[in-house]
Amino acid sequence: MATQQTQLLARTLLTPAVALLFIWMIVPLALTIYFATLHYNLLDPGSESFVGLENFRYFLTDPAFLASLQNTLVLVGSVLAITIILGVPLALLLDQQVVGLSIVRLMVIAPFFVMPTVSALVWKNLLMHPVSGLFAWIAHLFGLPAIDWFNEAPLFSVILIISWQWLPFATLILLTALQSLDEEQKEAAEMDGASAISTFIYITLPHLARPITVVILIETIFLLTVFAEIFVTTGGGPGLQTTNIAFLIYSQALIQYDVGSASAGGLVAVVLANIVAFFLVRIVGRNLEA
Amino acid sequence: MARMVTTRSKVISTAAAWLVGFLIFFPILWMVLASFKTELEAFAIPPSFLFFHWTTENYVTVQERSDYLHHALNSIIIAGGSTLIAMLIAIPAAWSMAFSPTKRTKDVLLWMLSTKMMPPVGVLVPIYLIYRNFGLLDTRSGLIFILCLGNLPIVIWMLFTYFKEIPKDILEAARMDGATIGRELIYVLTPMAVPGLASTLLLNLILAWNEAFWTLNLSTLEAAPLTVFIASYSSPEGLFWAKLSAASTLAIAPILVLGWFSQRQLVRGLTFGAVK
Repeated sequence: MATQQTQLLARTLLTPAVALLFIWMIVPLALTIYFATLHYNLLDPGSESFVGLENFRYFLTDPAFLASLQNTLVLVGSVLAITIILGVPLALLLDQQVVGLSIVRLMVIAPFFVMPTVSALVWKNLLMHPVSGLFAWIAHLFGLPAIDWFNEAPLFSVILIISWQWLPFATLILLTALQSLDEEQKEAAEMDGASAISTFIYITLPHLARPITVVILIETIFLLTVFAEIFVTTGGGPGLQTTNIAFLIYSQALIQYDVGSASAGGLVAVVLANIVAFFLVRIVGRNLEA
Repeated sequence: MARMVTTRSKVISTAAAWLVGFLIFFPILWMVLASFKTELEAFAIPPSFLFFHWTTENYVTVQERSDYLHHALNSIIIAGGSTLIAMLIAIPAAWSMAFSPTKRTKDVLLWMLSTKMMPPVGVLVPIYLIYRNFGLLDTRSGLIFILCLGNLPIVIWMLFTYFKEIPKDILEAARMDGATIGRELIYVLTPMAVPGLASTLLLNLILAWNEAFWTLNLSTLEAAPLTVFIASYSSPEGLFWAKLSAASTLAIAPILVLGWFSQRQLVRGLTFGAVK
């Protein structure tokens, strides 16, 4: 019974969380907007001056921005494609009767729990090192020249590492969805003489459409801000080849100490993320019965 | 009636699943193996898979040279502290929204989620400057605070979805029987909420333990947790593979175990129950 008293209690209990999140959102965002209108370099204190939208013009027309925007899109798109294209068959495989399934499942999801700095360094040194990495040795076995991954295909290398980290997430979500698929429906299809392929196309795939959207949206949120993997492998290079928006803003802020530009870039990142968030919130909101 | 599964197809899927599982797990396995090699063997070409001189000296050296324990302690304090504070703020909030919803509860929940959509880079500059001015750079409390805020929306959401599933009838039955709010809370609600609380706690710990953006940018040495400590091995002078592997193994081992325990909750937690 929602008496006035319990309602008052409920509001009181909710207040700290709402207040904190509100401050967390408003204060830094307001400051970012403010800094974005200033010419402000940390190395040159006291020389701040108002420049209006100059920083945005500078940031948006900077070739580095276009390069990093392109890298960001390629990175997000490739990782999404790889994790879903590999995740669907992998989830289907784990949905079969497999001896020792629980162990296999543990092996498959393990990469998701590896901290990003560890996975980046392990891949960079132990696997992809051009001289004594395992891949170089395998290439040698087949009589092929070793690949200097981070110089010859830097963005691809970063994509490979990040895909390895996110494949478990996609697989796990798709597998969970598969397990909720109605067995009887599949059986009925089999009785009616449907082939495995048409069962997949007409029953399984439509059932996976929703979890796939969820995977896409959640991964996108995280992939837009990939940072640690680039930080410890390529440092954004060579040149700008692996600089994404997150890394570009970081380097403007904490390497070049250009607060104004970095803030303008930060706002651009916020806008990009919110375009994605808009769709996520709609999809999640539809499933929410509050 | 279960579907008929022929032995042959079972053998094939078992073989395929084990092969794929092994391939995906291989980098981790390779790292653990390297941590027991000497530096020379870790670099060796052709690589030795199992027949090398097993040694635990790397684990000793990692601690002696760079004070692994100091960073591990930072990780524990920062991940644990931010998780506990987030839970303390989130439990009452989620509880009130689940048991005393208003017309605007749904909007509040979605708004909370939307704060998670703000990319950290978007606010890196002001946070960095605020931290610098208040002397919070490279402090544990500074990191605890930011990680707590970053994970708060997810924590509230997870708890909310769990609390929603506690049947209200039971509460009413307890009230009919004359239970006071206090007794109701202790004897009826708490036992039913414990599984949800535990998995939320676990997921939050994992997220905080692995968080790398804020820790890399806001800490250097004193408060640096393991994520930052491992990153220091990316410098050229830090290229000792066997030691890097030993340090990495130590850094991911506890969270790998927690992760394996909470894989089911992870799906629900990260997708807010949108996939069941």
